[in-house]
Amino acid sequence: MGVLAWITLLPLAGAVLTMLVPRDEEAIHRGIGLGTAIITFIASLFILPEFDAGKAGFQLEVDKVWIESLGIHFHVGIDGISLWLVLLTTFLMPVTLLAPQAIGTRNIRVRDFTVAMLVLEAGMIGAFVALDLFVFYVFWELMLIPMYFIIGIWGGDRRLYASIKFVIYTLVGSLLMLVAILYLYAQYHAATGTFSFDYVALSRLTLPFQPQLLCFLAFALAFAIKVPLFPLHTWLPDAHVEAPTGGSVILAGVLLKFGTYGFLRFALPMFPLAADAAAPFIVILAVIGIVFGALMAYVQNDAKKLVAYSSVSHLGFVVLGIFSMGQMGVQGAIFQMLAHGISTGGLFLGVGLLYDRRHTRRLDDFGGMWKKMPIFSACFLVIVLASVGLPGLCGFVGEFLILLGTFGANNAWHRADMAGFFPMPKLMAIISASAVILSAMYLLTMTQKIFFGPLDKPENRDPHVRDIHGREKWVFGLIIVAALVMGVYPKPILERSEKSVSALISGFQARLKDARLDPTAPAHVFPPGNP
Amino acid sequence: MNAAESFNLRLIPLLPFIGATILILFGRHFKRQTVVMIAAGAIAGAAFVAFTGFFQALPSVAEEGGLRDVVWTWIATGDLTVDLAFRMDALSGLLCLIITFIGFLIHLYSAGYMEHEPDYARFFAYLNLFCGSMLVLVLGDSMPVMFVGWEGVGLCSYLLIGFWYSETANASAGKKAFITNRVGDFGFLIGMFLVFQATGTLRFSEINALSTPTSALAVAYHGMPLAFWVGLCLFIGATGKSAQIPLYVWLPDAMAGPTPVSALIHAATMVTAGVYMVARLHALYVLAPAMLAIVALVGAATALFAAIIGFAQNDFKKVLAYSTVSQLGFMFAGVGTANFSSGVFHLYTHAFFKAGLFLCAGSVMHAMSGSGDITKMGGLRKLTPWTHGVFLVCWLAICGVPIFSGFFSKDAIVAGAFATEIFEKVHLGWVGPAVGSILLLAALGTSFYMSRLYFLVFSGPSRADHETQHHIHESPSIMVGPLVVLAIGAGLGGLVGIPGGLFGHPEWNLLGEWLTSAVGPELEVPHQTEVMFMGISTVLAIIGIVLARVFYGGGYREPARAFAAAAPGFVKLVRDKFRIDELYDAVIIKPIRQLSSFLFRVVDRVLIDQILVGGVAAITDLFGRLARTFQTGDGQRYMAWFAVGAAVLVFLASRPPLPSELKVNVSGTTVTVDASRAGRPSQRGLTYSFDFDDDGRPEVQGTSAEARYTYDKGGPHTIRVTVHDPRWHKESSITSKVDVGSGSNN
Repeated sequence: MGVLAWITLLPLAGAVLTMLVPRDEEAIHRGIGLGTAIITFIASLFILPEFDAGKAGFQLEVDKVWIESLGIHFHVGIDGISLWLVLLTTFLMPVTLLAPQAIGTRNIRVRDFTVAMLVLEAGMIGAFVALDLFVFYVFWELMLIPMYFIIGIWGGDRRLYASIKFVIYTLVGSLLMLVAILYLYAQYHAATGTFSFDYVALSRLTLPFQPQLLCFLAFALAFAIKVPLFPLHTWLPDAHVEAPTGGSVILAGVLLKFGTYGFLRFALPMFPLAADAAAPFIVILAVIGIVFGALMAYVQNDAKKLVAYSSVSHLGFVVLGIFSMGQMGVQGAIFQMLAHGISTGGLFLGVGLLYDRRHTRRLDDFGGMWKKMPIFSACFLVIVLASVGLPGLCGFVGEFLILLGTFGANNAWHRADMAGFFPMPKLMAIISASAVILSAMYLLTMTQKIFFGPLDKPENRDPHVRDIHGREKWVFGLIIVAALVMGVYPKPILERSEKSVSALISGFQARLKDARLDPTAPAHVFPPGNP
Repeated sequence: MNAAESFNLRLIPLLPFIGATILILFGRHFKRQTVVMIAAGAIAGAAFVAFTGFFQALPSVAEEGGLRDVVWTWIATGDLTVDLAFRMDALSGLLCLIITFIGFLIHLYSAGYMEHEPDYARFFAYLNLFCGSMLVLVLGDSMPVMFVGWEGVGLCSYLLIGFWYSETANASAGKKAFITNRVGDFGFLIGMFLVFQATGTLRFSEINALSTPTSALAVAYHGMPLAFWVGLCLFIGATGKSAQIPLYVWLPDAMAGPTPVSALIHAATMVTAGVYMVARLHALYVLAPAMLAIVALVGAATALFAAIIGFAQNDFKKVLAYSTVSQLGFMFAGVGTANFSSGVFHLYTHAFFKAGLFLCAGSVMHAMSGSGDITKMGGLRKLTPWTHGVFLVCWLAICGVPIFSGFFSKDAIVAGAFATEIFEKVHLGWVGPAVGSILLLAALGTSFYMSRLYFLVFSGPSRADHETQHHIHESPSIMVGPLVVLAIGAGLGGLVGIPGGLFGHPEWNLLGEWLTSAVGPELEVPHQTEVMFMGISTVLAIIGIVLARVFYGGGYREPARAFAAAAPGFVKLVRDKFRIDELYDAVIIKPIRQLSSFLFRVVDRVLIDQILVGGVAAITDLFGRLARTFQTGDGQRYMAWFAVGAAVLVFLASRPPLPSELKVNVSGTTVTVDASRAGRPSQRGLTYSFDFDDDGRPEVQGTSAEARYTYDKGGPHTIRVTVHDPRWHKESSITSKVDVGSGSNN
């Protein structure tokens, strides 16, 4: 069995193993959880030597028949786009479980928490590597359930409200997506006579414009909620604030990427005509999200909410890059997804640690913490700077490429029928680039309120407010090393996704050209006559 | 590998970075001497490599673009390839020498100055980090690599301004510096995007080579050549980093940092980055003389404006800060009049005398128990003789007294402004003389406020309280040593750039000659113009000094008091720096905050979350409530609803199984009728009778819902279809009119 199947199933095996250990043995549960995550990470590293950066298509594929009569295969594989997202997942999970604060302050039911996190990991990896839409959907929903429990059981005071909001929001999107998947399945059968959920097969099916648009909207809604794209973002601050640290890290670090990954993997290649038609609107929403999220972050007094809104802003960049539909923009978007996973994951770990020490997240309650926790403060500052997009750290490369790609996107969003109100690429890039200023404003204001100024509040002087030690040092050390390496030497990442991205873009353009010839042509397989 | 690429330029920034890394990771456990050894050693190493490169490897290849060192490909995708590469040419090499040399001196000085600081290692770590970033900035071979250094020095500036973070004011000053700089960086980024779109490259050498009147950069775009817009965006970046109008506001606040930091970062090196960048892209700027005019005018205006504010400041370092803003204005006026080597020349002389002045300030404040209030000083000439001597030299240099370094560099800028012809091309010939005149005024102002500072601090009796006076002492030798070296540079450094026009020996202008390969030849100024402006400069410098002597010689004199009493409002306005900070706060910072707050409370919370999201939930809830009223758990009621439902079903099922309209197809005199409902096949058990002439006698009968009939003659007919449902014993019928023969139906 291939390495991809292994890393998908390993966390599930770990989860089963955890369940077999009696409820009281919390140390063993934690050990199994962390051990499984580390083994999964090491196993995932074996992808790298086998991965051929010169190839555009899927690699390391595993294709086993699952339900023959329905044409469902357990088909997994990766290309340059999913490769790094899988590694991000397998990297962040052990780092998160390493942090003693991952479970949050309601330190209960360690066994169940460990199981939930491991099932979540399996779901995430599975959804990234799935090449069968049925399998993808199964894993997509599989992620939702543990996250629901993580927020609902180990969350803060309003955990029930937040978890239900999270589930309803996400379910609305994914059920519509399921309908669209089934429609595609039926249409593919009508066009070719075979039943298949296979991604490669279905993604070559060209639908007439109207059903294509409906399917696109169904997919796009699911993804836009996950990203989250303005104005579908209000579940995010609530979910983050209530989620325990581990939940927040994984939610921001990986789960949100399914939105942008979905756009890139499914919405664009499968529905080129509709994606192209919707692009101007999505771009405008993305740009609004970039500025709006930043402005929202600026006025938050809750550190977690601040970071949550900053995610809205940063993920807006990713969507902008994807819909610039050019090599630089899309490459930048992929890089930004990874960078955001590292930096925002780190920020949530930091805020979680502060909450662990001080039982508050209100910026006003802090001040002068540098004096009390110098090592942690320095670490946190580095992560803040990575998030601000300081060149040399991970945040810069993605933002730079996205903005450069957007700036040069020429007439990508020009629509004759939009009476001159189409989003002009240069203008969009300039508006988005203002986030360079805004992100410095909100993140440095947060840094100042927490770490600088006089150490004048008695609670902060308490001896229990300890600097990071032991495992915590490893947690932040790993995040910082990752941020630094990605910022200084991003080449290994960029060059492995280069081919896949250029194939995706050229494929998209070719499909678009074909579909434009006759937008009302009945569903057919592209290229014509080659099922 | 050829000679130009065999030199390890990467070592120059790498050594300070290594020093910083060691100090950050382990510095807390080291002794003070070890910390200084590592930090100063790293800079000394970098200086050694830089000097070796500059004097040994560079001269032979300077004409061909200098040394280049590619570390690895940094960002490469699509059409973009950015190498992490360094380049040392005549310009960046000179800057490297200044940075490493002055940086080293300031490291030494800091060892004494920061002696009592508990966070010793952190300070030196930041200082090393800064030097490394600054070296990346100047050595960067392409705009993105320069941007790494550009942001890196901004970060270090932020960290060092807020070094004593326990004071909220210091931390705020650091934040203000960073954010203001980010406004500039925003311009820098857009400029980079524009350049890349036009030329497809981000390397300086290629951009300069492509800056020709026939290139894409010269194409008109919204009425101006593209180079104008590129230059404008980049200049916004320069105004941020180099503290020019309108983004100068952060620099005076930056004085909150330790004094060696002010000397190194906020006088000698970082703040000159904007000037360096304009000089670096000289060919691009020459392509857009209108943009150069903006650079020159902004520079001149800043020079004068900051000098005026300098008149009324009472904090030693604040005076020097405004003086720095003003002198940077001179440099921009220099590069803005296409006289690039003069701007760089002033950058170089300023680095020495301003670093010297700041370190003197540190030494004085050290002596005055930490206070920088010049109203409480005086009489330090005898008490701190070494510091006084150094300050004297640097003061004469900044005033522009002949022979001292500032004299030559300032004169090169002023004379060049009058002599330049570049603005004629865009019919802005007035710009050169206007800039020159403003600069002369600013030079007079400089001479006045610097002399005021000198007299108030060093001459006359001491105005300090008894306790402070008792403690006044000269600084230790580790601080005095670097001061003396800087004084030598400030005194004699100008001799490397004696203007060619002065004695008719262009080759005496060593610096101008040397820089030709990097920024183009020195602007030629006629002998008479040169001599005339040297004369005027000298006279103005002396007037300023004399005037200050009259006002402040030996302390506050009668004229100074009389002036302050005569125009108290104006003096206060100047002392409050024209209240620009308050203006920015009111028109930019506050509105952003209020807008954000409004958007959060109204749009995000109420409109989106409550009305939109909550609205969807409320609608769902409404349906839920409706459905709930039926679900009572009461068996009888369920039975009742069941009966109602059954009745509805019966009613629906017993509806005539006919369409609302017959589908009739006419061809000639033949009609085809389809009586099936909604396209579905007819239900089993139904019998249809078709009466094509509505006479009560059906022509066709059977179980098929379709029938065909041919009329004998054309004309209008009425078709009646009757369907019989044996299950309900029910008959229903529908009619349709048809006009046979003429082709129409219904």
